[in-house]
Amino acid sequence: MTETEPPTTGQTVSTDSVDAVLDSLDGDDGLDGYNYAYLDEHTKREVRRSILKAIAIPGHQVPYASRPMPLARGWGTGGIQASLSILGPDDTFKVIDQGSDESVNAANIRRLASDTADVETTTDTTDADVIQTRHRIPEEVLTDDQILVLQVPITDALRKVDSSDAANRRRHAHKNYGKMWVHLYENVVEFGEINIAARYPTMVGGRYLMDPSPIPRWDVPKLDDADNLFVFAAGREARIYAVPPHTSVEPLAFEDRTFQVERFPDQSCQACGSTDTYLTEIETDDRDRQYVCNDTSFCLKRQDSEELPKDYHLDREGVDWGPGTPDDEKSATPEATVDSHGGDAE
Amino acid sequence: MSLLEAEGLTKVYGEGCAVCLDRTGDRAGTNQCPICGSVVACADVDLSVEAGEVLGIVGESGSGKSSVAELLALDDDEGHADGAVRYANHEGNLLDVDYQTRHELQNGEISLVHQHIRDGLELDFSGGGNVAEKLLSAGWRNYEEIRERVGSLFEATEIPVDRMDDATDTYSGGMQRRVQIARALANDPNVIILDEPTTGLDVSVQARVLDMFRRVQREEDVAAVVVSHDLGVIRLLADRTLVMRHGRVIESGLTDRVMEDPHHAYTQTLINSVI
Amino acid sequence: MTVLTIENLRKTFDMHILGDTQVVGLDDVSFTVDDGEFLAIVGESGSGKSSLLKCIYRAYEPSAGRVVYHGAEGDVDLVSCDDREMIQLRESAIGYTSQFLDEIPRVPAVDVVARPLREGGLSTADARERSQELLSRLKLPEELWEAYPATFSGGERQRVNLAQAIAPQPDLLLLDEPTSALDPETRQAAIDLLREYLGDGTTVVGVFHNTDVVEVIADRVAVLDEARLQRIVPVEEYEGVVVA
Ligand SMILES: Nc1ncnc2c1ncn2[C@@H]1O[C@H](COP(=O)(O)OP(=O)(O)OP(=O)(O)O)[C@@H](O)[C@H]1O
Ligand SMILES: Nc1ncnc2c1ncn2[C@@H]1O[C@H](COP(=O)(O)OP(=O)(O)OP(=O)(O)O)[C@@H](O)[C@H]1O
Ligand SMILES: [Mg+2]
Ligand SMILES: [Mg+2]
Ligand SMILES: [Zn+2]
Repeated sequence: MTETEPPTTGQTVSTDSVDAVLDSLDGDDGLDGYNYAYLDEHTKREVRRSILKAIAIPGHQVPYASRPMPLARGWGTGGIQASLSILGPDDTFKVIDQGSDESVNAANIRRLASDTADVETTTDTTDADVIQTRHRIPEEVLTDDQILVLQVPITDALRKVDSSDAANRRRHAHKNYGKMWVHLYENVVEFGEINIAARYPTMVGGRYLMDPSPIPRWDVPKLDDADNLFVFAAGREARIYAVPPHTSVEPLAFEDRTFQVERFPDQSCQACGSTDTYLTEIETDDRDRQYVCNDTSFCLKRQDSEELPKDYHLDREGVDWGPGTPDDEKSATPEATVDSHGGDAE
Repeated sequence: MSLLEAEGLTKVYGEGCAVCLDRTGDRAGTNQCPICGSVVACADVDLSVEAGEVLGIVGESGSGKSSVAELLALDDDEGHADGAVRYANHEGNLLDVDYQTRHELQNGEISLVHQHIRDGLELDFSGGGNVAEKLLSAGWRNYEEIRERVGSLFEATEIPVDRMDDATDTYSGGMQRRVQIARALANDPNVIILDEPTTGLDVSVQARVLDMFRRVQREEDVAAVVVSHDLGVIRLLADRTLVMRHGRVIESGLTDRVMEDPHHAYTQTLINSVI
Repeated sequence: MTVLTIENLRKTFDMHILGDTQVVGLDDVSFTVDDGEFLAIVGESGSGKSSLLKCIYRAYEPSAGRVVYHGAEGDVDLVSCDDREMIQLRESAIGYTSQFLDEIPRVPAVDVVARPLREGGLSTADARERSQELLSRLKLPEELWEAYPATFSGGERQRVNLAQAIAPQPDLLLLDEPTSALDPETRQAAIDLLREYLGDGTTVVGVFHNTDVVEVIADRVAVLDEARLQRIVPVEEYEGVVVA
């Protein structure tokens, strides 16, 4: 997906003038004149109103007046507006980009929030009140005290099958998803199974078809009947949608061609040894291919404590949080299909 | 009542005025109101179809056949419609139903095969996908069952089953027409509205498509309204026939009666110009 | 028992495209037909023979008079009954073959004949078997059975036409010159078949051009002349002069 790539061309600005500007800002003075949490109160109220509406109509895309942010669009401007609108000074904020807390982008967003909203930041999933994420849902089970804000490049699952937003809005209004089903049907015709790697179409509350953002299929079952709130925000497309706690989220699939999460047969994390986490393939310096946990902060915990359950921080048993949790059988089918990085059929 | 009935079906494109209906029609010799310029595509059309029966509508281009077909199939969105369409399995005037009900009726009860082959087909989907869409919209969720049903619809409509997974735009015109018909039959509708089933097909293909339709129509005992400007098509398929001109029905009766003993001057011209 | 009562039947054609001239096809025709009877209609060309059959079958809408069919379900006036009732009767009781065979595209001859049988409830296999039997009795060469009648000669088509009309053994059968295109030998086969296959269960009203056919097959003969019924007599009293 190109929408999340940094712009490759841009205006060259002489370093002198940039330095001059930075010098003149001098310490924290640069934040003088900025409102708390960067956005003005009116904007934040509007974003919160949109979030509330999105919660009231799970899976429905609610428009909002997306503001320019000190980030290029496509770098999580929707997510950051949602995060900044709900963060308060007592909150702890975590930002992950494809599972990693350490990417430049994640670090920038975290710094913007801590500078302007005066929040603590963390890399520990269990410590965060608000987690902004791109393309992943953490391995550790989220709780009803937490909000996960997902950055969304493309808001409408139906765009895959029809580029006309007007027609798609009509389809949503009338719950007319025949065309998406044909897409899945054709997928099975072509590949023998549903072969959609990311942005897997899901039915929310049995009513709205939702694009869960480019999370892997691995994470899709976590959306179903979760304890936490999910907020999906797109800056460029100026839409917000949400999955409130304990909402049913069902991936579209056939009775006899069921939804499958990615499988990593005979693979474990090279760093922590986990076999129940979403692994990514990396190439080492000597061109070896290795698998490691994609969720780096959890991987670090596992490196210290090999058997650490994903719900270790909860005092409940049998939490259902996608593959590799006690309630696993329900969400993932037993016959493992080899599809570590299944190509998207698009 | 009959399976499907229409009373006073009227469709006006344009503003309309008080004299539109008086100043158009067979006697006026036009379907366009000389005062306000609105087109009275059809007016005061009454008809009924019984289960398993085929009703033909014949008339020259612009006489209002498609307008009637679209009203019957709940497929009109432009213009101003009047009158009533009544259906045995539904209470009230079908012209007044909400989107949801219309969608349900169109999906399972009253199917339209559009005049233009490509209308209603998604050309970059496979032929099978186009047919499957109807099943999927009706809630079918078992892939193998869908495949089986699509395959048997392909067989019934005489489309080579091994072309099922090819993109529809690689199909010949005759095959695309068959896919339209297979789609229309998918959910065992009670009524099929067939608008110009032979348009865009060459003569030998026309015959085979008509023949196939006649066989399937009888086997499934589905009621049909067949619209055509081609008397041969109507003669072959229809039990009873309406003749339209300038938006009005000018003659109706048993198809062979209309063809062999036409009463209206226009019908006589029409028949004679063919023979 | 009477099957058909025709009273004061009149048919005129208003020819709007020929300066509104009126042609009289039938004028004040009355007669009855008995159950199981074979009534032959004869007369000069243009005397109204085909018009009479078509008025009974409602392919023409009579201008005046009554055609009462005394069927199993009671009396029906075929002039004034509903179109659907007529369709119903055509499917269940009244058969007709026109003077000119309607073309049926791309249906093999054997299936053309089998269709009314299948619609009457026979299995496809049984219907095709019966249909082959009839075509064989009418001496249609076996290699044509699976061919399309559209390409047939006049005589071949006529045999398909006749076989299709008699196949379901309707209660009342209207035949318009069913043997006109046949050579004498085939015509004889057709006559034999009509007699044997239909038996007494079917009442036939048939238009014929050949005196010899009329003499061997008919019980009574109705002679039309300039749209009027000139006379109707038992075949023994009918002595020829059928104009070709
Ligand atoms: N969307 C529209 N807007 C304005 N006028 C229309 C529209 N659709 C149809 N008409 C007019 O209504 C009249 C009837 O059109 P209709 O399509 O019903 O005719 P038809 O009998 O189906 O003709 P054809 O044999 O060419 O398909 C025509 O004069 C046509 O120009
Ligand atoms: N459809 C029609 N329209 C106008 N006139 C007709 C029509 N059918 C028959 N006629 C006229 O009615 C008269 C009787 O015609 P009909 O076909 O009944 O004669 P016929 O006895 O069957 O002749 P033939 O032996 O030539 O078949 C003729 O003058 C004929 O021209
Ligand atoms: Mg049309
Ligand atoms: Mg004649
Ligand atoms: Zn790990």
